[in-house]
Amino acid sequence: MNGECMKFVVCVKQVPDTTEVEVDPETGTIIREGVPSVLNAFDEFALNVAVQLKESIDEDVEITALSMGPPQAKDALTKCLAIGADKALLLTDRVFAGADTWATAVTLARSIKKLGGADVIFCGQEASDGNTAQVGPEVAAHLGITQLTFVSEIEKIEDKNIICKKETDEGFLRTRCPLPVVIACMPTPGFLPKIPNMRDIIKGKRKPYEEWGFDDLGGEEEDYGLEGSESVVVRTYSPPPKGEGIIIDDEPETAVNKLMEYLEKEGIL
Amino acid sequence: MITIKDSCIGCEKCIPVCPVDALKIEGKLAVVDEELCISCGVCVSVCPVNAIEPVLMAKKADFSKYSGVWIYAEQHAGKLKPSGPELLGKGRELADEVGEELCAVLIGKDVNGLTDELKSYGADKIYVVEGDEYKDYSTEAYTTAMVTLISKYKPSMVLYGATHLGRDLAPSVAGHLGLGLTADCTGLSITEVEDRKVLLQTRPAFGGNVMADIICPNTRPQMATVRPHVMIPLEPDDSKSADVIKETIPVSPDAIKTEIIEVLEPEDSEEVSVDEADVVITGGRGVGNDLDSFEILEELAVLLKGTVGCSRPIVEADILSKSKQVGQSGKTISPELYMVCGVSGAVQHRVGIRGSKYIIAINKDPKAPIFDMADFGIIGDLHKILPILKSKIEQKKSSEK
Ligand SMILES: Cc1cc2nc3c(=O)[nH]c(=O)nc-3n(C[C@H](O)[C@H](O)[C@H](O)COP(=O)(O)OP(=O)(O)OC[C@H]3O[C@@H](n4cnc5c(N)ncnc54)[C@H](O)[C@@H]3O)c2cc1C
Ligand SMILES: Nc1ncnc2c1ncn2[C@@H]1O[C@H](COP(=O)(O)O)[C@@H](O)[C@H]1O
Repeated sequence: MNGECMKFVVCVKQVPDTTEVEVDPETGTIIREGVPSVLNAFDEFALNVAVQLKESIDEDVEITALSMGPPQAKDALTKCLAIGADKALLLTDRVFAGADTWATAVTLARSIKKLGGADVIFCGQEASDGNTAQVGPEVAAHLGITQLTFVSEIEKIEDKNIICKKETDEGFLRTRCPLPVVIACMPTPGFLPKIPNMRDIIKGKRKPYEEWGFDDLGGEEEDYGLEGSESVVVRTYSPPPKGEGIIIDDEPETAVNKLMEYLEKEGIL
Repeated sequence: MITIKDSCIGCEKCIPVCPVDALKIEGKLAVVDEELCISCGVCVSVCPVNAIEPVLMAKKADFSKYSGVWIYAEQHAGKLKPSGPELLGKGRELADEVGEELCAVLIGKDVNGLTDELKSYGADKIYVVEGDEYKDYSTEAYTTAMVTLISKYKPSMVLYGATHLGRDLAPSVAGHLGLGLTADCTGLSITEVEDRKVLLQTRPAFGGNVMADIICPNTRPQMATVRPHVMIPLEPDDSKSADVIKETIPVSPDAIKTEIIEVLEPEDSEEVSVDEADVVITGGRGVGNDLDSFEILEELAVLLKGTVGCSRPIVEADILSKSKQVGQSGKTISPELYMVCGVSGAVQHRVGIRGSKYIIAINKDPKAPIFDMADFGIIGDLHKILPILKSKIEQKKSSEK
């Protein structure tokens, strides 16, 4: 793209630790109090992939970690800087709150344009809170560039083309695609995130960090956040509880007999 | 919509790629006919000087013009995927309730033969887009086809399977058309909002800890991806008929960016995949450290006409392929019967199996979290239990003959 060095943007989201999320049965709202926030695991993978790719390229590469979220999402970006992002940008404003995937994509795409574009935009395949897997492709649509989803491995960038392995319903494909591109990353088994050491953390703290709000992105307030969203959540609730299961602690033979009875009674066999 | 910036050099590359002929050259520069432009974005990607920019705005629709329940009928290598019939099953119910037609969209190369199957599963109308450019799935070509069809025929709802392909295509289409999109729905029904019938979409979020009901009241069509294996197809009926409408939507090779260098099919491509099987027998670290230990699961799977799945450490140890992995970073599944042996039930595993109808767990540790989700659990050694279970099922099957 323009400029002298190659640019990567990694879109990261701070998410509540999903193992602890519950719905308040009285109000039907999601209980957020006391639930710890973490960097979305798939985004952490995406960032690791971006850092590795940068290390494997001769050219200069600048990695920007980009997030939209409340002020405390700064923590997720601080972590990204320690892991290896060169700079971080938080899009934070009351106007941005309550965004669905469409409005999130609008906000992220506009900020990427304002950053001067990027050669590769990395996303996680999905965020563990919404599990939609939509933001990446929607950012691609807004920027008018192509997308590769379910990417598990990036081989290399060569002559302004990226070669990677992506998962499909049938297996895997090796694909080549010209830059710029949006890549949605799907962790490979065995992936262990790089744990930043003290030095990385201190180095990270010295790297550039910026926050942008509505005034920086411009447009109309109604393009963003809840107002700019097309999908409306009408109700949240706990999933219907699974009935208490039957648990057998018996000799194998007896236990299997009871299982056979159960399978027959339920019409499974 | 798109805008064309002053940096346009009048090279005409964008003119032939436009599927709706909305671009022409006027005074050496490209201009767009705003009435015709459908925001498919193909021209954006072929412009050599980045002079075309998409201006995607959510469209507030004139609802009266939109009618028809559409389902995207996914195929691979000329074979229909199960999601098509499943969506037709649910689609029939929705279409009848709103009093609209049920239509299937079929895109590919040489796929015309699949229309009979779609008819038998209840489609009233089938749109077929065929061409060489559709031989392999590409986000660009398939998005152009969908965006063009939707702009032309204006359905009120479009449903896709939440497969890898569906989750690539649907958000791309939604992005281009400025539509709301609800991901990975497990329930769909019709509800009334201000006297209008709208699609109520139910989906799990937060890894299944929360259910949400969602509507997209302001845009049309209403679009959703639907979790595979949740909706039930109708019994196929060969006597049914449907209108088949063929559409030619040429896509310039220039517009297809992604090139497939190599197809790496999994070694076990002959089998039903874990997310499509009715019965999944999963083994975890408790089963053992080699392929031989999984033999018993394989035999049970054959007996029950299912397939074998596994937890992540089994893939990491290179015992089974990634396509078998169930859970957050593997497949999300919803079989009739999920038998899970020697798996502790870490949250990353559990989130992938919530859609299962019956969960049967076998684990020697009474405190294993997998028991919290089990409909039926046996505390004990799977190596002792599974062979007994296998012989009892064999006995039962042979006595039934
Ligand atoms: C980002 C991320 C994504 C992940 N994604 C996934 C995913 O998609 N899928 C997934 O499965 N995991 C995933 N994991 C890993 C997950 O956290 C667990 O580590 C994993 O599921 C454990 O696998 P297991 O139950 O087979 O092994 P273990 O936890 O070691 O459990 C083995 C179980 O077998 C039982 N056992 C042992 N011997 C016997 C016997 N003879 N008879 C009966 N029972 C026996 C033990 O009591 C124990 O409960 C992910 C982790 C992370 C961090
Ligand atoms: N608020 C956000 N800020 C930055 N990136 C995001 C945000 N929401 C989603 N993303 C990116 O989009 C991916 C898919 O998210 P989702 O569509 O919500 O499942 C995530 O893994 C992130 O990379």
